[in-house]
Amino acid sequence: MENYVFHWNVVFKAFPQLLGGAFTTLHVSVLSMLVGIAIAVLLALGKMSHSKILVMASSSWIEIARNTPALFQIYMAYFGLGAFGINLSPYFAVFSALVFVNAGYLAETFRGGFQSIPKTQYSAAKSLGMTTFQVYRYVILPQMFRRIYHPMTNQFVWSILMSSLGILVGMNELSGETQRLQSVSFRTLEFFIVAAVMYFVITKFVLLTSSLIAKRIFKGDIA
Amino acid sequence: MNLFTPLSWNDSGFILNGILNTIYISVVAIVIGTILGLIVGFMRVEANKVVNLFLGSALDILRSVPLIIQLILFSTYIGALGHPMDPFMAGSIILSLYTMAFMSEVFRSGFESVPNTMRTAARSLGMTYWQTVRYIRIPIGMRAVFPSWLGVALSVIKDSALVSVIGYMELLRTSEQLISRTQQPLTILLGVGLFYFIISYPLSLYGKYVERKMSI
Repeated sequence: MENYVFHWNVVFKAFPQLLGGAFTTLHVSVLSMLVGIAIAVLLALGKMSHSKILVMASSSWIEIARNTPALFQIYMAYFGLGAFGINLSPYFAVFSALVFVNAGYLAETFRGGFQSIPKTQYSAAKSLGMTTFQVYRYVILPQMFRRIYHPMTNQFVWSILMSSLGILVGMNELSGETQRLQSVSFRTLEFFIVAAVMYFVITKFVLLTSSLIAKRIFKGDIA
Repeated sequence: MNLFTPLSWNDSGFILNGILNTIYISVVAIVIGTILGLIVGFMRVEANKVVNLFLGSALDILRSVPLIIQLILFSTYIGALGHPMDPFMAGSIILSLYTMAFMSEVFRSGFESVPNTMRTAARSLGMTYWQTVRYIRIPIGMRAVFPSWLGVALSVIKDSALVSVIGYMELLRTSEQLISRTQQPLTILLGVGLFYFIISYPLSLYGKYVERKMSI
Protein backbone atom coordinates (compact mmCIF):
# COMPACT_ATOMS: atom_id res chain seq x y z
CA MET A 1 0.00 0.00 0.00
CA GLU A 2 3.06 2.25 0.18
CA ASN A 3 2.51 3.66 -3.32
CA TYR A 4 -1.18 4.31 -3.02
CA VAL A 5 -2.44 7.51 -1.40
CA PHE A 6 -6.12 7.65 -0.55
CA HIS A 7 -7.92 10.81 -1.62
CA TRP A 8 -11.27 10.91 0.09
CA ASN A 9 -12.05 14.52 -0.75
CA VAL A 10 -13.29 13.78 -4.24
CA VAL A 11 -15.60 11.12 -2.83
CA PHE A 12 -17.07 13.56 -0.31
CA LYS A 13 -17.71 16.04 -3.08
CA ALA A 14 -19.47 13.40 -5.14
CA PHE A 15 -21.47 12.08 -2.22
CA PRO A 16 -24.80 13.64 -3.30
CA GLN A 17 -24.49 11.82 -6.63
CA LEU A 18 -23.79 8.56 -4.82
CA LEU A 19 -26.86 9.11 -2.66
CA GLY A 20 -28.85 9.72 -5.82
CA GLY A 21 -27.54 6.41 -7.14
CA ALA A 22 -28.51 4.67 -3.91
CA PHE A 23 -31.97 6.12 -4.27
CA THR A 24 -32.26 4.73 -7.81
CA THR A 25 -31.10 1.34 -6.48
CA LEU A 26 -33.85 1.33 -3.86
CA HIS A 27 -36.31 2.65 -6.37
CA VAL A 28 -35.72 -0.08 -8.93
CA SER A 29 -35.65 -2.83 -6.29
CA VAL A 30 -38.88 -1.72 -4.63
CA LEU A 31 -40.69 -1.34 -7.96
CA SER A 32 -39.40 -4.65 -9.31
CA MET A 33 -40.43 -6.30 -6.06
CA LEU A 34 -43.99 -4.92 -6.21
CA VAL A 35 -44.53 -5.87 -9.84
CA GLY A 36 -42.76 -9.19 -9.19
CA ILE A 37 -45.15 -10.00 -6.34
CA ALA A 38 -48.17 -9.29 -8.53
CA ILE A 39 -46.89 -11.53 -11.32
CA ALA A 40 -45.76 -14.18 -8.83
CA VAL A 41 -49.29 -14.49 -7.47
CA LEU A 42 -50.56 -15.07 -11.01
CA LEU A 43 -47.78 -17.59 -11.73
CA ALA A 44 -48.45 -19.47 -8.50
CA LEU A 45 -52.16 -19.61 -9.28
CA GLY A 46 -51.31 -20.70 -12.83
CA LYS A 47 -49.08 -23.49 -11.62
CA MET A 48 -51.76 -24.76 -9.23
CA SER A 49 -54.54 -24.51 -11.81
CA HIS A 50 -56.01 -27.43 -13.74
CA SER A 51 -55.34 -26.03 -17.18
CA LYS A 52 -52.32 -27.74 -18.77
CA ILE A 53 -51.36 -24.68 -20.79
CA LEU A 54 -51.34 -22.43 -17.73
CA VAL A 55 -49.27 -24.95 -15.78
CA MET A 56 -46.79 -25.24 -18.65
CA ALA A 57 -46.52 -21.49 -19.15
CA SER A 58 -46.02 -20.64 -15.52
CA SER A 59 -43.64 -23.56 -14.91
CA SER A 60 -41.43 -22.50 -17.78
CA TRP A 61 -41.31 -18.90 -16.53
CA ILE A 62 -40.45 -20.12 -13.03
CA GLU A 63 -37.79 -22.61 -14.13
CA ILE A 64 -36.11 -20.26 -16.60
CA ALA A 65 -35.99 -17.52 -13.98
CA ARG A 66 -34.54 -19.84 -11.37
CA ASN A 67 -32.02 -21.66 -13.54
CA THR A 68 -30.25 -18.93 -15.48
CA PRO A 69 -27.91 -16.23 -14.15
CA ALA A 70 -29.35 -12.79 -13.43
CA LEU A 71 -26.63 -11.27 -15.57
CA PHE A 72 -27.84 -13.35 -18.50
CA GLN A 73 -31.37 -12.06 -18.01
CA ILE A 74 -30.19 -8.46 -17.93
CA TYR A 75 -28.18 -9.00 -21.13
CA MET A 76 -31.19 -10.64 -22.68
CA ALA A 77 -33.39 -7.64 -21.82
CA TYR A 78 -30.80 -5.12 -22.91
CA PHE A 79 -29.14 -6.72 -25.97
CA GLY A 80 -31.35 -9.69 -26.84
CA LEU A 81 -34.67 -7.92 -27.15
CA GLY A 82 -33.09 -5.56 -29.66
CA ALA A 83 -33.50 -8.35 -32.22
CA PHE A 84 -37.25 -7.88 -31.94
CA GLY A 85 -36.89 -4.14 -32.33
CA ILE A 86 -37.49 -3.59 -28.61
CA ASN A 87 -34.84 -1.27 -27.28
CA LEU A 88 -35.10 -0.86 -23.54
CA SER A 89 -33.36 1.88 -21.60
CA PRO A 90 -30.78 0.60 -19.07
CA TYR A 91 -33.16 1.32 -16.20
CA PHE A 92 -35.99 -0.54 -17.82
CA ALA A 93 -33.77 -3.46 -18.86
CA VAL A 94 -32.58 -3.99 -15.28
CA PHE A 95 -36.08 -3.44 -13.97
CA SER A 96 -37.65 -6.02 -16.27
CA ALA A 97 -34.90 -8.57 -15.61
CA LEU A 98 -35.40 -8.15 -11.86
CA VAL A 99 -39.16 -8.44 -12.24
CA PHE A 100 -38.68 -11.62 -14.25
CA VAL A 101 -36.46 -13.23 -11.61
CA ASN A 102 -38.43 -11.97 -8.61
CA ALA A 103 -41.66 -13.30 -10.07
CA GLY A 104 -40.08 -16.71 -10.72
CA TYR A 105 -38.63 -17.09 -7.25
CA LEU A 106 -41.59 -15.63 -5.38
CA ALA A 107 -44.08 -17.80 -7.28
CA GLU A 108 -42.42 -20.89 -5.82
CA THR A 109 -42.38 -19.26 -2.38
CA PHE A 110 -46.08 -18.44 -2.59
CA ARG A 111 -46.98 -21.88 -3.84
CA GLY A 112 -44.96 -23.51 -1.08
CA GLY A 113 -46.56 -21.24 1.52
CA PHE A 114 -50.02 -21.97 0.24
CA GLN A 115 -49.52 -25.72 0.07
CA SER A 116 -48.01 -25.84 3.54
CA ILE A 117 -51.42 -25.06 5.01
CA PRO A 118 -53.40 -28.29 5.42
CA LYS A 119 -56.58 -28.61 3.38
CA THR A 120 -58.39 -29.74 6.53
CA GLN A 121 -58.24 -26.18 7.86
CA TYR A 122 -60.26 -25.06 4.87
CA SER A 123 -62.94 -27.67 5.55
CA ALA A 124 -62.92 -26.91 9.27
CA ALA A 125 -63.41 -23.18 8.68
CA LYS A 126 -66.16 -23.91 6.17
CA SER A 127 -67.95 -26.20 8.60
CA LEU A 128 -67.86 -23.37 11.16
CA GLY A 129 -70.01 -21.41 8.73
CA MET A 130 -67.41 -19.11 7.21
CA THR A 131 -67.79 -17.97 3.64
CA THR A 132 -64.98 -18.73 1.18
CA PHE A 133 -63.79 -15.14 1.43
CA GLN A 134 -63.75 -15.32 5.22
CA VAL A 135 -61.81 -18.61 5.13
CA TYR A 136 -59.07 -17.01 3.07
CA ARG A 137 -59.15 -13.70 4.91
CA TYR A 138 -59.05 -15.02 8.47
CA VAL A 139 -57.57 -18.52 8.24
CA ILE A 140 -55.45 -19.25 5.17
CA LEU A 141 -53.84 -15.95 4.18
CA PRO A 142 -52.64 -14.83 7.66
CA GLN A 143 -50.81 -18.13 8.15
CA MET A 144 -49.48 -18.07 4.63
CA PHE A 145 -48.20 -14.52 5.00
CA ARG A 146 -46.31 -15.51 8.13
CA ARG A 147 -44.53 -18.27 6.24
CA ILE A 148 -43.63 -16.25 3.17
CA TYR A 149 -42.56 -13.11 5.03
CA HIS A 150 -38.90 -14.03 5.48
CA PRO A 151 -38.39 -15.50 2.01
CA MET A 152 -39.89 -12.27 0.66
CA THR A 153 -37.48 -10.15 2.68
CA ASN A 154 -34.59 -12.23 1.38
CA GLN A 155 -35.80 -11.78 -2.16
CA PHE A 156 -35.95 -8.03 -1.63
CA VAL A 157 -32.36 -7.96 -0.35
CA TRP A 158 -31.36 -10.10 -3.31
CA SER A 159 -32.99 -7.55 -5.66
CA ILE A 160 -31.03 -4.71 -4.07
CA LEU A 161 -27.77 -6.62 -4.46
CA MET A 162 -28.50 -7.78 -7.99
CA SER A 163 -29.56 -4.33 -9.19
CA SER A 164 -25.82 -3.65 -8.94
CA LEU A 165 -25.53 -5.47 -12.27
CA GLY A 166 -26.88 -2.26 -13.77
CA ILE A 167 -23.20 -1.26 -13.86
CA LEU A 168 -22.81 -3.46 -16.96
CA VAL A 169 -25.52 -1.83 -19.01
CA GLY A 170 -24.80 1.73 -17.94
CA MET A 171 -27.66 2.25 -15.55
CA ASN A 172 -27.28 5.10 -13.07
CA GLU A 173 -27.94 3.17 -9.86
CA LEU A 174 -25.40 3.03 -7.05
CA SER A 175 -22.83 0.82 -8.83
CA GLY A 176 -23.31 2.49 -12.18
CA GLU A 177 -22.94 5.91 -10.61
CA THR A 178 -19.83 4.72 -8.76
CA GLN A 179 -18.39 3.42 -11.99
CA ARG A 180 -19.05 6.71 -13.76
CA LEU A 181 -17.61 8.80 -10.92
CA GLN A 182 -14.48 6.67 -10.63
CA SER A 183 -13.88 6.89 -14.36
CA VAL A 184 -13.84 10.69 -14.26
CA SER A 185 -11.73 10.92 -11.09
CA PHE A 186 -9.53 7.77 -11.26
CA ARG A 187 -10.16 7.14 -7.54
CA THR A 188 -11.44 3.61 -8.16
CA LEU A 189 -10.65 2.17 -4.76
CA GLU A 190 -12.14 5.02 -2.74
CA PHE A 191 -15.37 5.11 -4.69
CA PHE A 192 -15.92 1.37 -4.60
CA ILE A 193 -15.16 1.20 -0.87
CA VAL A 194 -17.82 3.84 -0.25
CA ALA A 195 -20.25 2.00 -2.54
CA ALA A 196 -19.63 -1.26 -0.68
CA VAL A 197 -20.29 0.45 2.66
CA MET A 198 -23.46 2.00 1.28
CA TYR A 199 -24.75 -1.35 0.04
CA PHE A 200 -23.97 -2.87 3.43
CA VAL A 201 -25.85 -0.09 5.23
CA ILE A 202 -28.86 -0.35 2.90
CA THR A 203 -29.08 -4.13 3.29
CA LYS A 204 -28.71 -3.99 7.07
CA PHE A 205 -31.31 -1.24 7.23
CA VAL A 206 -33.78 -3.28 5.19
CA LEU A 207 -33.20 -6.41 7.27
CA LEU A 208 -33.52 -4.51 10.54
CA THR A 209 -36.71 -2.77 9.44
CA SER A 210 -38.18 -6.04 8.25
CA SER A 211 -37.47 -7.78 11.55
CA LEU A 212 -38.97 -4.85 13.47
CA ILE A 213 -42.09 -5.04 11.32
CA ALA A 214 -42.20 -8.80 11.80
CA LYS A 215 -42.06 -8.37 15.59
CA ARG A 216 -44.85 -5.86 15.40
CA ILE A 217 -47.29 -7.71 13.16
CA PHE A 218 -46.57 -11.29 14.20
CA LYS A 219 -46.40 -10.35 17.91
CA GLY A 220 -43.39 -12.51 18.59
CA ASP A 221 -44.50 -15.87 17.20
CA ILE A 222 -42.74 -16.05 13.87
CA ALA A 223 -43.20 -19.22 11.90
CA MET B 1 -23.56 -4.72 -47.32
CA ASN B 2 -22.87 -6.82 -44.26
CA LEU B 3 -19.86 -5.59 -42.36
CA PHE B 4 -20.05 -8.21 -39.62
CA THR B 5 -18.76 -11.75 -39.75
CA PRO B 6 -21.65 -13.99 -38.77
CA LEU B 7 -21.42 -16.78 -36.26
CA SER B 8 -19.73 -19.85 -37.77
CA TRP B 9 -18.44 -23.25 -36.73
CA ASN B 10 -14.99 -21.73 -36.37
CA ASP B 11 -16.24 -20.07 -33.20
CA SER B 12 -17.05 -23.36 -31.51
CA GLY B 13 -13.57 -23.66 -30.00
CA PHE B 14 -13.86 -20.16 -28.57
CA ILE B 15 -17.28 -20.94 -27.09
CA LEU B 16 -16.10 -24.28 -25.74
CA ASN B 17 -13.23 -22.49 -24.04
CA GLY B 18 -15.75 -20.15 -22.39
CA ILE B 19 -17.87 -23.08 -21.24
CA LEU B 20 -14.85 -24.89 -19.80
CA ASN B 21 -13.73 -21.73 -18.00
CA THR B 22 -17.18 -21.30 -16.46
CA ILE B 23 -17.18 -24.89 -15.26
CA TYR B 24 -13.58 -24.60 -14.05
CA ILE B 25 -14.08 -21.51 -11.88
CA SER B 26 -17.43 -22.79 -10.55
CA VAL B 27 -15.92 -26.10 -9.50
CA VAL B 28 -12.95 -24.38 -7.86
CA ALA B 29 -15.24 -21.98 -5.98
CA ILE B 30 -17.65 -24.73 -4.90
CA VAL B 31 -14.86 -27.04 -3.68
CA ILE B 32 -12.91 -24.38 -1.79
CA GLY B 33 -16.10 -22.70 -0.58
CA THR B 34 -17.45 -26.02 0.74
CA ILE B 35 -14.24 -26.87 2.59
CA LEU B 36 -13.94 -23.39 4.12
CA GLY B 37 -17.68 -23.29 4.79
CA LEU B 38 -17.50 -26.59 6.64
CA ILE B 39 -14.66 -25.30 8.81
CA VAL B 40 -16.31 -21.93 9.47
CA GLY B 41 -19.73 -23.50 10.06
CA PHE B 42 -18.17 -25.87 12.59
CA MET B 43 -16.38 -22.98 14.27
CA ARG B 44 -19.61 -21.02 14.52
CA VAL B 45 -21.31 -23.92 16.30
CA GLU B 46 -18.42 -24.58 18.67
CA ALA B 47 -16.87 -21.17 19.28
CA ASN B 48 -17.72 -18.78 22.08
CA LYS B 49 -19.75 -15.60 21.70
CA VAL B 50 -16.86 -13.25 20.92
CA VAL B 51 -15.46 -15.39 18.10
CA ASN B 52 -18.98 -15.92 16.80
CA LEU B 53 -19.69 -12.20 16.73
CA PHE B 54 -16.48 -11.59 14.80
CA LEU B 55 -17.08 -14.42 12.33
CA GLY B 56 -20.73 -13.48 11.96
CA SER B 57 -19.99 -9.89 11.03
CA ALA B 58 -17.24 -10.87 8.61
CA LEU B 59 -19.64 -13.25 6.86
CA ASP B 60 -22.30 -10.55 6.94
CA ILE B 61 -20.09 -8.25 4.92
CA LEU B 62 -19.53 -10.94 2.29
CA ARG B 63 -23.26 -11.51 2.05
CA SER B 64 -24.48 -7.90 2.07
CA VAL B 65 -22.11 -6.36 -0.46
CA PRO B 66 -22.92 -7.20 -4.10
CA LEU B 67 -20.55 -9.76 -5.58
CA ILE B 68 -19.74 -7.46 -8.48
CA ILE B 69 -18.54 -4.73 -6.08
CA GLN B 70 -16.47 -7.27 -4.15
CA LEU B 71 -14.82 -8.46 -7.34
CA ILE B 72 -13.99 -4.96 -8.57
CA LEU B 73 -12.82 -3.84 -5.14
CA PHE B 74 -10.57 -6.85 -4.63
CA SER B 75 -8.93 -6.77 -8.02
CA THR B 76 -8.38 -3.00 -7.79
CA TYR B 77 -7.00 -3.34 -4.28
CA ILE B 78 -4.56 -6.04 -5.30
CA GLY B 79 -3.56 -3.85 -8.23
CA ALA B 80 -3.03 -0.86 -5.97
CA LEU B 81 -0.80 -2.97 -3.75
CA GLY B 82 1.45 -3.34 -6.75
CA HIS B 83 0.90 -7.06 -7.35
CA PRO B 84 -1.78 -7.39 -10.02
CA MET B 85 -3.40 -10.80 -10.04
CA ASP B 86 -4.74 -12.60 -13.06
CA PRO B 87 -8.53 -12.57 -13.34
CA PHE B 88 -8.87 -16.27 -12.64
CA MET B 89 -7.02 -16.05 -9.32
CA ALA B 90 -8.80 -12.91 -8.14
CA GLY B 91 -12.15 -14.25 -9.32
CA SER B 92 -11.79 -17.63 -7.67
CA ILE B 93 -10.61 -16.10 -4.38
CA ILE B 94 -13.63 -13.80 -4.13
CA LEU B 95 -16.08 -16.36 -5.47
CA SER B 96 -14.79 -18.95 -2.98
CA LEU B 97 -15.11 -16.53 -0.07
CA TYR B 98 -18.60 -15.59 -1.23
CA THR B 99 -19.52 -19.28 -1.48
CA MET B 100 -18.00 -19.88 1.95
CA ALA B 101 -20.25 -17.20 3.46
CA PHE B 102 -23.36 -19.02 2.28
CA MET B 103 -22.05 -22.56 2.82
CA SER B 104 -21.10 -21.82 6.42
CA GLU B 105 -24.72 -20.98 7.25
CA VAL B 106 -25.88 -24.16 5.56
CA PHE B 107 -23.38 -26.29 7.45
CA ARG B 108 -24.04 -24.52 10.71
CA SER B 109 -27.70 -25.45 10.54
CA GLY B 110 -26.56 -28.96 9.57
CA PHE B 111 -24.45 -29.27 12.71
CA GLU B 112 -27.27 -27.83 14.79
CA SER B 113 -29.70 -30.39 13.39
CA VAL B 114 -27.79 -33.24 15.04
CA PRO B 115 -29.44 -33.85 18.43
CA ASN B 116 -27.22 -33.44 21.47
CA THR B 117 -28.26 -36.86 22.70
CA MET B 118 -26.45 -38.44 19.76
CA ARG B 119 -23.21 -36.74 20.76
CA THR B 120 -23.68 -37.79 24.35
CA ALA B 121 -24.40 -41.35 23.25
CA ALA B 122 -21.32 -41.39 21.03
CA ARG B 123 -19.10 -40.04 23.79
CA SER B 124 -20.46 -42.58 26.25
CA LEU B 125 -19.55 -45.34 23.78
CA GLY B 126 -15.95 -44.22 24.25
CA MET B 127 -15.52 -42.09 21.12
CA THR B 128 -13.18 -39.12 21.39
CA TYR B 129 -14.42 -35.62 20.61
CA TRP B 130 -13.00 -35.71 17.08
CA GLN B 131 -14.42 -39.15 16.48
CA THR B 132 -17.91 -37.85 17.25
CA VAL B 133 -17.28 -35.03 14.81
CA ARG B 134 -15.90 -37.34 12.15
CA TYR B 135 -18.31 -40.27 12.46
CA ILE B 136 -21.50 -38.77 13.91
CA ARG B 137 -21.91 -35.04 13.44
CA ILE B 138 -20.53 -34.56 9.93
CA PRO B 139 -22.24 -37.55 8.27
CA ILE B 140 -25.63 -37.01 9.91
CA GLY B 141 -25.64 -33.21 9.84
CA MET B 142 -24.37 -32.91 6.29
CA ARG B 143 -26.88 -35.37 4.94
CA ALA B 144 -29.69 -33.23 6.36
CA VAL B 145 -28.54 -30.10 4.56
CA PHE B 146 -27.63 -31.66 1.22
CA PRO B 147 -30.53 -30.01 -0.69
CA SER B 148 -29.53 -26.57 0.65
CA TRP B 149 -25.91 -27.27 -0.24
CA LEU B 150 -26.98 -28.09 -3.78
CA GLY B 151 -28.99 -24.87 -3.91
CA VAL B 152 -25.96 -22.80 -2.94
CA ALA B 153 -23.75 -24.69 -5.40
CA LEU B 154 -26.21 -23.95 -8.21
CA SER B 155 -26.31 -20.28 -7.33
CA VAL B 156 -22.50 -20.24 -7.46
CA ILE B 157 -22.55 -21.60 -11.00
CA LYS B 158 -24.91 -18.79 -11.94
CA ASP B 159 -22.98 -16.15 -10.01
CA SER B 160 -19.74 -17.22 -11.69
CA ALA B 161 -21.00 -15.23 -14.67
CA LEU B 162 -20.11 -12.08 -12.73
CA VAL B 163 -16.40 -12.89 -12.79
CA SER B 164 -16.53 -11.62 -16.36
CA VAL B 165 -16.41 -8.03 -15.03
CA ILE B 166 -12.79 -8.41 -13.96
CA GLY B 167 -11.83 -9.92 -17.29
CA TYR B 168 -12.09 -13.67 -16.85
CA MET B 169 -13.09 -15.26 -20.16
CA GLU B 170 -16.02 -17.32 -18.94
CA LEU B 171 -19.06 -18.14 -21.05
CA LEU B 172 -20.90 -14.84 -20.72
CA ARG B 173 -17.88 -12.71 -21.53
CA THR B 174 -17.11 -14.98 -24.47
CA SER B 175 -20.63 -14.49 -25.72
CA GLU B 176 -20.40 -10.75 -25.19
CA GLN B 177 -17.32 -10.62 -27.41
CA LEU B 178 -18.99 -12.77 -30.03
CA ILE B 179 -22.00 -10.46 -29.93
CA SER B 180 -19.88 -7.40 -30.54
CA ARG B 181 -18.28 -9.11 -33.53
CA THR B 182 -21.31 -10.79 -35.09
CA GLN B 183 -24.12 -8.48 -33.98
CA GLN B 184 -26.35 -11.50 -33.41
CA PRO B 185 -27.25 -11.00 -29.76
CA LEU B 186 -30.37 -13.12 -29.69
CA THR B 187 -28.93 -16.36 -31.12
CA ILE B 188 -25.85 -16.22 -28.94
CA LEU B 189 -27.64 -15.24 -25.74
CA LEU B 190 -30.26 -17.94 -26.22
CA GLY B 191 -27.46 -20.49 -26.57
CA VAL B 192 -25.80 -19.21 -23.41
CA GLY B 193 -29.08 -19.29 -21.50
CA LEU B 194 -29.71 -22.83 -22.70
CA PHE B 195 -26.29 -23.91 -21.44
CA TYR B 196 -26.90 -22.58 -17.92
CA PHE B 197 -30.38 -24.05 -17.94
CA ILE B 198 -29.17 -27.50 -18.99
CA ILE B 199 -26.65 -27.56 -16.15
CA SER B 200 -28.84 -26.03 -13.52
CA TYR B 201 -32.29 -27.49 -14.14
CA PRO B 202 -31.54 -31.23 -13.73
CA LEU B 203 -29.55 -30.52 -10.57
CA SER B 204 -32.37 -28.44 -9.11
CA LEU B 205 -34.84 -31.23 -9.92
CA TYR B 206 -32.51 -33.69 -8.21
CA GLY B 207 -32.34 -31.38 -5.18
CA LYS B 208 -36.13 -31.25 -4.98
CA TYR B 209 -36.29 -35.04 -5.33
CA VAL B 210 -33.84 -35.58 -2.48
CA GLU B 211 -35.69 -33.05 -0.34
CA ARG B 212 -38.99 -34.82 -0.92
CA LYS B 213 -37.46 -38.20 -0.22
CA MET B 214 -35.95 -37.01 3.03
CA SER B 215 -39.06 -35.26 4.26
CA ILE B 216 -41.06 -38.50 4.31
